[in-house]
Order: sequence, then C-alpha cells, then structure tokens
Amino acid sequence: MTSTRDWLLEDSPTSLWQANAGRAYRVFMALLRNPLSALGGVIILVLILTAIFAPWIAPFSATGQNLKARLLPPSGVNLMGTDELGRDIFSRVIYGSQITLTIVGLVALISAPLGLLVGAVAGYFGGWTDRLLMGFTDIFLSMPKLILALAFVAALGPGINNAIIAIAITSWPAYARIARAETLTIRNAEFIQAVQLQGANPLRVIVQHILPLCTSSMIVRVTLDMAGVILTAAGLGFIGLGAQPPLPEWGAMISRGRTFILDQWWVATMPGFAIIIVSLGFCFLGDGLRDVLDPKSEGK
Amino acid sequence: MSLEPQIALSPAPTSHRKRIWGRRVSAIAGFVVTVFLTFLGLLAITFFIGRVIPIDPVLAVVGDRATNAVYEAARVQMGLDQPLPVQFFRYVVGVFTGDLGRSVSTGRSVVEDISRFFPATLEMATIGIIIGVVVGVPLGVIAASRQGSWIDQIIRIVGLLGYSMPAFWLGLVGLALFYARLRWVGGPGRLDIFYDGLVSPVTGLLLVDSLLAGEFDIFFNAITHLILPASVLGFFSLAYIARMTRSFMLDQLNQEFVTTARVKGVPERVVIWRHAFNPIRVQLITVIGLSYAGLLEGSVMIETVFSWPGIGNYLTTALLNADMNAVLGSTLVIGAVFIFINKISDVLYRVLDPRAR
Repeated sequence: MTSTRDWLLEDSPTSLWQANAGRAYRVFMALLRNPLSALGGVIILVLILTAIFAPWIAPFSATGQNLKARLLPPSGVNLMGTDELGRDIFSRVIYGSQITLTIVGLVALISAPLGLLVGAVAGYFGGWTDRLLMGFTDIFLSMPKLILALAFVAALGPGINNAIIAIAITSWPAYARIARAETLTIRNAEFIQAVQLQGANPLRVIVQHILPLCTSSMIVRVTLDMAGVILTAAGLGFIGLGAQPPLPEWGAMISRGRTFILDQWWVATMPGFAIIIVSLGFCFLGDGLRDVLDPKSEGK
Repeated sequence: MSLEPQIALSPAPTSHRKRIWGRRVSAIAGFVVTVFLTFLGLLAITFFIGRVIPIDPVLAVVGDRATNAVYEAARVQMGLDQPLPVQFFRYVVGVFTGDLGRSVSTGRSVVEDISRFFPATLEMATIGIIIGVVVGVPLGVIAASRQGSWIDQIIRIVGLLGYSMPAFWLGLVGLALFYARLRWVGGPGRLDIFYDGLVSPVTGLLLVDSLLAGEFDIFFNAITHLILPASVLGFFSLAYIARMTRSFMLDQLNQEFVTTARVKGVPERVVIWRHAFNPIRVQLITVIGLSYAGLLEGSVMIETVFSWPGIGNYLTTALLNADMNAVLGSTLVIGAVFIFINKISDVLYRVLDPRAR
C-alpha cells in the first residue's frame, strides 16, 4: 500500500506511465481534500453506476403500464409515486440516468474536440485564419444558445439524437476560445520550435504537442458546462423536441406531469430533483477540478 | 486633491480630451460594425436552417396534389430557382425591410405577430431584472463584506442553484405551491379571464396600459399574474448578479485604497458603499445587461409553463406546428435583441470605465 503510494508520488518518475499515474493521483487526492468537489465526484459516480446497473436497481420497468395504479402518491412501494399510466416514477428516474449520461457524454465528445481543433488551428496559424475562425466563433458565442438549439432541432426534427447534435453545435465556440488562448501562450515555446525544426508538419505539431496541453483547462470547462447541457436537454425534452415518449427522459417526464401539477405534484416534481442533483454534482466537481488543474482562472 | 500632479503632467488638457473622444467614437464605430457582422451571421444561420429543413417550402404552399407546372411556377415565384447567394441576398433585404414572411398557423405576417407578442415578454423580463438587481446587488455586497458568514454561504448556494435548476421546473413548483395551495398569486396567463380584452392595448405592456386607462382593478390583477413568473426569472438573474457582485466587491475590498480608508477611520458602511462599491458600478452594468439578455432567452421556457402570451410561447407553439417562418422570425428577433444588449453593455463598459480604455 505504502509502496504504491511512494511509487505514485515519486519525484523523478522513470516512465511516462508512472508520471501520468502520479499526476492523476495528486489531482484525485487534491479533489478529496475539498468536501464539495468530493461530493460532486460521488454524485457523478453514483450517476454512472445507476446508469450501468439500472435494470437491477429499478424495482419496476420504465415503460410497463399499470392502469390500476395511476397517479399514486409516493409510498413504500412506489418511492416517488406513479404517473398517469401507472408507471413507477422512481424506476423511470433511474432509467432516465442512462439518457442523461448519453446526452452529456455525446455532447462532450462532439463539441470539445471540435472546439479544440478550431481554437488550436486559429491560434497556431494566426493571421487571417485566426481572424476568420474566431469571427465565426464569436458570432456563435454572442447568440442565445437555447434559442439556437431550438431552431436547429426544429430544422432537424424532434428526437434525442437531433437534440444532442443541436446542443453540440451551440456549445463548441466556448471551447474554441479557450483552446486558442492556450495555444497562443505555448505557440512560441522552445519545445514547439524544436519540433518544427525537426520537420514536423503543422498537423503533427497541433495534434501531438499543442492539444495535449489544452486538455486540462478543457476538462474543467467541459465539466462546468455539463450542468448547462443537462438543463438545455431537459428543456428541449420539456418542450417536446428532445427525447420522445415513452423514453424516461427527465425533462419530458416533467412535461407530462405538468397536467397534474395542481393535484398530483409528485409527477412533475420528482424528476426535477434528479436534474438538480446531477447538475449540482457537475458544478461541484467542475469547481474542484478548476481549483486543482487551473487555479489561475478562479472566480471566472 | 490627488488629481493635482496628474493634471500638471498632462501637457494639454484639450488634446487629452480630444483623444478620449476619439477613442469613444472608434469604440462606437467598432460597435456598429461588430453588431452588423454578428447580425449578418445570425441571418446566415437562420437562412441555413431554413434551407436544410427536410420540409419542402414549395410543397407546403401548393400542397402535394399540385401539378408539376404549378409547382415550378410557385418555385420560381418564391425565388427558389435562384442561386443560393442571390436567395440569401433577397432574404437579407427582406429582413431589413421588415418582411419575415407569413405564419402558417396564425395566418398573419410574422412581424405583426411578433409586435403583438413581444411586449408581454418585455414586461415579464423587465420586472424580472428589476427583482434581480434590487435583491441581487445588495446580497452580493453583503456577502463580500461578510465573507464566510452564513449569508455568504446562502448566496453561494443560491448561485449554484441558479446554475443547476431547470427554470420550467421552478415555475411549475411555484404554480403548485403559490397558486394551487396558498392562493397567493394569479394563475397562468396575463389576467383573470373576465378581465381579458377590457383594456385597449396602447403600449402592449399591461401594467402601463391599465394605468393609462385608469383601471386599477386590472392593474392589480395583472400584478398578481405577473409576480410569479417574473420572480422565477428574477431568481435566476439574482443568482448570477449576486455572484458577480460578490466577486467584484472582493476584488475591491482587497485593494490598498480600501485599507487606507479604513485606517483613516472612515466608517465601514461608507468604505463598502462608497469606496468599494462605486468603482464596480460600470462592471455591474455589463453583468446586468448580460443577465437581461439571458432573461429574454429564459422567458421561452417560463412562458410555456405559465401560458404567457409572449414571443417565447409563440416560438414554441410554432416549433410544434412546424411553422418555419414563425420559428425563424422569432429566433431572429430574440437573437437580434440578445446580440444588441450583449454588445451594448460591452461598449458601455469600454466607454464609461476609464480602466478599460
């Protein structure tokens, strides 16, 4: 046990693997020291585990109807009550974590690399490339995200895949800005010049030497943005443009519960708590990661 | 007092002033250019969205039983046979001359619809931002001056909730609690049903119109309906405004001139509200501007929840009816207002704050 720890905290690591593992370990320990970020990490971990083990955790099926048990209030059997088709809301919230995780993961996978690439190319080449790409980025940045996502979904058609595409299209510009700023600070570094002198082409310099250095600030930003992504996705679901019934998406569930809000409050309220907890988890974790990985941008 | 040496140092005050004005003019010129370019970008995006939609705009007009000749004639008449740049140019000219097409679901022109619905959104967002500023700024100042106290913690939690709570959910919970249970506020809509249509619209803002007509019953009824959605919006803006005020204030309170003032024996209240607060007023204008623009966007969700007949409700109804002209028109209007407020708070900051020059 102690030896693993010593190996991780070794001041002069002998392999790249040891250096990376040591760095990850230090970040992890620093996160644990801050109670809120530890809580955020736990929430996200629980979300992931819930999504994986949903069939075993959920007491009922997410789509199985039981019209005899319509709109029952929360009880020992139905922890969060039942909806208008007699489906157990707790089970649906559990299965909904799969959808939320899919949305969050795919949006991050599409928009972060896209933003990274645009920003790094703009920062590395400078001049007209920079002006053109950043002008384009700024136009996207100064537009209302939700409205733009709505318009894209309207064009592409409702559904969860199109919602993911629309959210990704509206969230890459922020990453492009960060990647550009990072690239500008390292563009003229000596190790970049050394690689250039060895004859590396720009693609190689950007992908192999610049992008890896942008990742830590990118991870912070992506984590912090995830709360917004969840809210936008839930909003699209609420309006009826995101995940379609009978998928147990949290926003869509709130939308179904709207009709009964005055008498059966639990139908709309319960999925909202899930959204708040998961979003808070990403906020806490993002704040903690920022303090550890990117201390200079604190308070932004 | 301390200005003396600076004046002595600057060679000619008039040229200095001229330089400041020069900077202001160039800032404003830059503002006009960026607003124009961004707006053009917005137009390009809505044009693009309007062209990639799977719905055939010609088919929507002529119906699917039209003959080929009729279809072709309609296509030519709508200008869809022209190359894309020409179509885009026509689209831009149309927008700048106030032509956003006709809404399929209401049968009126989109411009007419929007001018009818926009005041309701404006009224709600304005009351929302007033709540956000009146509550949020003092909260932020207090939090900064008592860093780490319970009030600081509460403001932190409110700020985090503002980032992680769905607005439509808070609206629904508010309706269930304050309307259905406690009966403190009016329900969805702008007025009770028996007051509807009694006030002739002059400005479109019900609070103003009812006062102009001298109908105080309607005025108070409108307030009971407005207060809940506006408070929900206000909550989100106060979360943001309080957070930013707190961080600006902390920056100021750590400055040496604040320590100096304290050492001189200036009362703490004066230190906080004059020495520390005065320099951040311009920064706050930017924050409030951004927050106001954000509220116009946030009202889309809130209006759906409260059946508020504003532009957000118009947009979502149009979305579900695949009424593309109305969708793109309202996207354009909300986007344009958003961009304008965004950029104007940016330029105000640069013109008003000497440190940003």
